[in-house]
Amino acid sequence: MNTINPPQYLPETPQAGRHFRAEKFDFWSFFFSGLTGLATLFILGILAVILTNIVINGWSAISWHFVSTIPKKDFFDARTTGVLPMIVGTTIRVFVMTIFVIPVGVITAIYLTEYAPNTSFVTRVIRAAVNNLAGVPSIVFGLFGLGFFINFVGKNMDALLHNPSAVWGQPALIWAALTLAVMTLPVVIVATEESLKAIPPGLREASLALGATKLETIWRIVLPQALPGIMTGGILAVSRAAGEVAPILFTGVAYYMASLPHHVTDQFMDLGYHVFVLATQSPNIEQTRPILYATVLVLLMLTFALNIVAIIIRARMRKKLRALG
Amino acid sequence: MGIHRGHRARPLEWLAEKFIFLVSLSTILMVFLIFLFVAREALPIFFGNADTALVQKVIPPDEVDKLSPAQLREYLELTPQQFATMDKETLKSLMEVKQEALDEIPAKFRNDPDARINTTEWKYLLLPHQWSGYDKPEYIWQPVGQIQKYNIIPLLVGTLKVTLIGLLFAVPLAVGAAIYVSQLARPRVREIVKPTIELLSGIPSVVVGVFALLIMATVLQKIFGYQTRLNAFVAGCALGFAVIPVIFSIAEDALTSVPRAYTQAALALGASRWQTAWQIVLPAALPGVFAATVLGFGRAIGETMIVLMVCSASVMSWNIFDSARSITTTIAAEMAEAVSGGPHYRILFMLGALLFAATFVSNMIGGVVIQRFKLKLEGKR
Repeated sequence: MNTINPPQYLPETPQAGRHFRAEKFDFWSFFFSGLTGLATLFILGILAVILTNIVINGWSAISWHFVSTIPKKDFFDARTTGVLPMIVGTTIRVFVMTIFVIPVGVITAIYLTEYAPNTSFVTRVIRAAVNNLAGVPSIVFGLFGLGFFINFVGKNMDALLHNPSAVWGQPALIWAALTLAVMTLPVVIVATEESLKAIPPGLREASLALGATKLETIWRIVLPQALPGIMTGGILAVSRAAGEVAPILFTGVAYYMASLPHHVTDQFMDLGYHVFVLATQSPNIEQTRPILYATVLVLLMLTFALNIVAIIIRARMRKKLRALG
Repeated sequence: MGIHRGHRARPLEWLAEKFIFLVSLSTILMVFLIFLFVAREALPIFFGNADTALVQKVIPPDEVDKLSPAQLREYLELTPQQFATMDKETLKSLMEVKQEALDEIPAKFRNDPDARINTTEWKYLLLPHQWSGYDKPEYIWQPVGQIQKYNIIPLLVGTLKVTLIGLLFAVPLAVGAAIYVSQLARPRVREIVKPTIELLSGIPSVVVGVFALLIMATVLQKIFGYQTRLNAFVAGCALGFAVIPVIFSIAEDALTSVPRAYTQAALALGASRWQTAWQIVLPAALPGVFAATVLGFGRAIGETMIVLMVCSASVMSWNIFDSARSITTTIAAEMAEAVSGGPHYRILFMLGALLFAATFVSNMIGGVVIQRFKLKLEGKR
């Protein structure tokens, strides 16, 4: 009998299709991927340590009395001290700053996105200037404030007004606010530009096609749409400026003042600078530690709250624009 | 007429456009003014017009006739208006005052050869000098006291030391995290991790300084067991932490902007995710990562408060466990006590101008590299 054997098939391998991709386990890929993951975890870990350390230590020392009291001359005493003038000073200086920085920043961004010929020399120089301004060290802004606003503008104003003693030509709230305005200009420009670019060109074209002029289109159509982005820019600028100490060191901050500032030519006390003073000038660091942590917590709450608001507005704006586009 | 916009048809519109253009020039004006006014206060140092010599050459009052009016005016440091109103007797008494002032300087300083030199000359700013009382030429920054020593080399060394430690700490971590977040992490992880790391840049530098001062300094001392608790190493680590978000976000941006096709091709050829990230994406994004490092350097060199809080003594030493004083720290700590317009004040402004120039150059390099990188990815070059 000569029967034909059934053909010999290859043995059934049920999983053959499943691991054709990674036949061999690549140790080095695993190792290095893990390493980058660890780097990420490490950064997040330190962030978490900083924040929890401050919140835990600060929370126990913070009280209504602490945030609503004007301290006496010796503010290192944990029982009687308060940070009201610092909160007020920081708030006023960033508020005055926004009055200057937002109009200038928004107008510059409008020029760059709506008018500027993209390849022209002037546009490129403006962009380079914005980039450079963003990278100038904050202490150099402080020197600039001292050399330009106080020693040049202020002294000349005193001379023009015939003031018998220096009124404008000395460190003052207004000069600190202006210095910060110059420093945060790029923040506002970049954020506004981003939001202007995100507006679909169709909206502008529709408006222009209906006979509106370019300026009317910008004012009535583009700007209202860009408002959340402009607000984000403003908030980011405020949060950046609220935490900066170096630019105000020589332009207006005071070590101690018995009263709140009344006039733009007054000096002021500041949260960030107060943190620095408490951390480095205290006669007894152990005793000052609770109020130091509490002050840091107040400062962090101020800047972080602003940052988170900016992030939320920005996320909403992106979602809305995605729906529009 | 026609449909193109013309100023004749709409004068208000034309005016508004010009106004917008003029306002937008303000950023250029600001960069220019910063440079001008920081450099202006430092000019006397550059031209050698400042003089700190404690003991000036004294001309006896009897020799008043031998001097020309110009020489006399310069000697008595008078303005032309002041000089014009004075008669010979007043001038003579001024010269006597000058001589008496010299006699009042303690003999210890009067006979010191250092008291006769102008310490703001470039020779003394940059080269070591054997001050009296020292046994060998040394680099010394000591701006207070009778004889002010302004050698800026210790400050440059301190700045570089702290900045380099910061970058050595920050660049691997930030770039590693950027590779992980942009290439390896799942989308959901990426969406949480990226904004969280960027939130880090919202922490004010004084707060990082407090953390470094109170916690990091103690922990690092326990680990490494060095002598001085507050030193350049602690400052550098804290500084690195402040620049991580800057480097991370630029590097992440560069890595993400590498075209998907590169990654897909590599994966299709059988490379693992890590091999793709390391051998394909990272080399393609290398200019962006380089720019991130350069911009991080610019940020680190200009950071003030962290270094100011953690270490401050100016010592000429490359040892990372010694203290260090950076340029920014020096300006921040000493400007308050420097006499406005005096040599110390001028030198601090000169340091500021130096810092401005350094960051200007690093920003330029970073900006140009990024722009070229973007153009290349878009296939325009």
